[in-house]
Amino acid sequence: MRQATHNRAPFLFAVTALTSLFMIAPMLLSVLAGLVNNYSVGIKSGFTLRWLQEVWEVYGGTVGWSLVIAAACVVATAAIGVPCAYALARSRSRAARAFEELLTLPVAVPGLATALALILAYGQIAAFRQSFAFILVGHIVFTLPFMVRTVASAFQRNDLIALEEAARTLGASFPQRFLGVLVPAVFPAIVAGGLMVFTLSVGEFNLTWMLHTPLTRTLPVGLADSYASMRIEIGSAYTLVFFIVILPVLWALQALAQLMQKRYGT
Amino acid sequence: MSTRQRLLLAGCAAPAGAFFLAFWLLPVLRLLILPAEKGWDTYFVVLTDGRYIESMLNTLLLSVAVTLATLVIGATVGIYLARRSFLGKQLLLALLTLPLSFPGVIIGFFVILLGGRQGLVADLSDQIFGERITFAYGLLGLFLAYLYFSLPRAIATYAAAAEAMDLQLEEAARSLGASRLRIVRDVWLPELAPTTVACGAILFATSMGAFGTAFTLASKFEVVPITIYNEFTNYANFALAASLSISLGLVTWLALFLTRQFGSGQTMR
Repeated sequence: MRQATHNRAPFLFAVTALTSLFMIAPMLLSVLAGLVNNYSVGIKSGFTLRWLQEVWEVYGGTVGWSLVIAAACVVATAAIGVPCAYALARSRSRAARAFEELLTLPVAVPGLATALALILAYGQIAAFRQSFAFILVGHIVFTLPFMVRTVASAFQRNDLIALEEAARTLGASFPQRFLGVLVPAVFPAIVAGGLMVFTLSVGEFNLTWMLHTPLTRTLPVGLADSYASMRIEIGSAYTLVFFIVILPVLWALQALAQLMQKRYGT
Repeated sequence: MSTRQRLLLAGCAAPAGAFFLAFWLLPVLRLLILPAEKGWDTYFVVLTDGRYIESMLNTLLLSVAVTLATLVIGATVGIYLARRSFLGKQLLLALLTLPLSFPGVIIGFFVILLGGRQGLVADLSDQIFGERITFAYGLLGLFLAYLYFSLPRAIATYAAAAEAMDLQLEEAARSLGASRLRIVRDVWLPELAPTTVACGAILFATSMGAFGTAFTLASKFEVVPITIYNEFTNYANFALAASLSISLGLVTWLALFLTRQFGSGQTMR
């Protein structure tokens, strides 16, 4: 695409500059606030790592659990979502379309409502209610549509249908066709869907805040707790931990997805 | 399609279907009928009780205002950046869309850092005016926070849409003597209408259902998700919480439905 004429647009530039400042300043501010000795005094109070240490002691567990839940969510949504995506891509019945619409409802309905429903239905089963599995179930329900939608559109490619037919006429059984031909062919879509699921799970708060217990906290839940009850330096340090730990993981996954797309995508 | 093929496909969808049924559909259906146990008028409590009417109106007005502001600013920034190339452009775009991965609570915290009692604005205003100005806990703070988490989505959408804009139309208009403002009104707006409708719908739905940001700010301006949360945790009022959730879901769905109708009406021209 040819670049548009580079004439000056002072108003547009001003809006862009102001918006950029508005978006970026708080991020820098929070990083700084987590590293100074005393926030109200400011930079003059000197830099320190003690807030980061304190955050790690009190909330360190939440980081690991958020990553574990997100990874488990990706595995679970792939395991039940990929076959489901195949069925939806191949089926032309009205029931399939209705099911597809239903699957996306958890995204439209407020997370609070889903959490309420889960608590109402399964809250009595103490072992389930008080475990991380309860949170994982909520995450899977919320992220499943993203995996299914992404992979279903990949399954609908015409060359894939031809490939599958060829395998079938050569005598391959369905498990062989599915695992040997179909899954490898849509693998970039599975990775892309997995990245979406992982990102959504790590940042999920609406559902998780209702479903959590003091012993089953994820990173966003811990953040909310620290903002409400701890001093501002700890809240900032915890936010910094989020930046340091979670963002590189997201970037690595994104780079992986792009690599997959380049190597194996169409 | 043979019966065997149909069975095979049903079998593929079965695990997801079973999971969805057990952990969402049935529990939500149970939630839907819960208010009925306390009387059918519980469903309409959002229309009858002044407090809930106020909460719903608050949420609606806030969401509409945020959506409109985000669309205008996001379009401006997204299109401006897409058409320029300069050193660090990719980095700037990456930074501007970074908040998409933040939980809402972090954004509430950012607004507190900017406009709270110990905030940046309070410090600056103290030095300039001798008075600490705090805005984080009122409507302005909430509005800015909602703007903060909505802008990345709009900027990303419009930056992508800008790639597909037809420059020839613009060149033609310019050569015919149209002013810049005229070009925006007559060329850009119709071209970007489908994108705007779709993006606006997502922004509106996200704002209506947002919880974490309002929760962190503990604002005096009460939005429906916070009301639902309070009813459930403070008063253990399951039925009322369920009723409000249904109302919120319906209002959001209705707005999305109307924008879809309006949007499809536009593109059919």
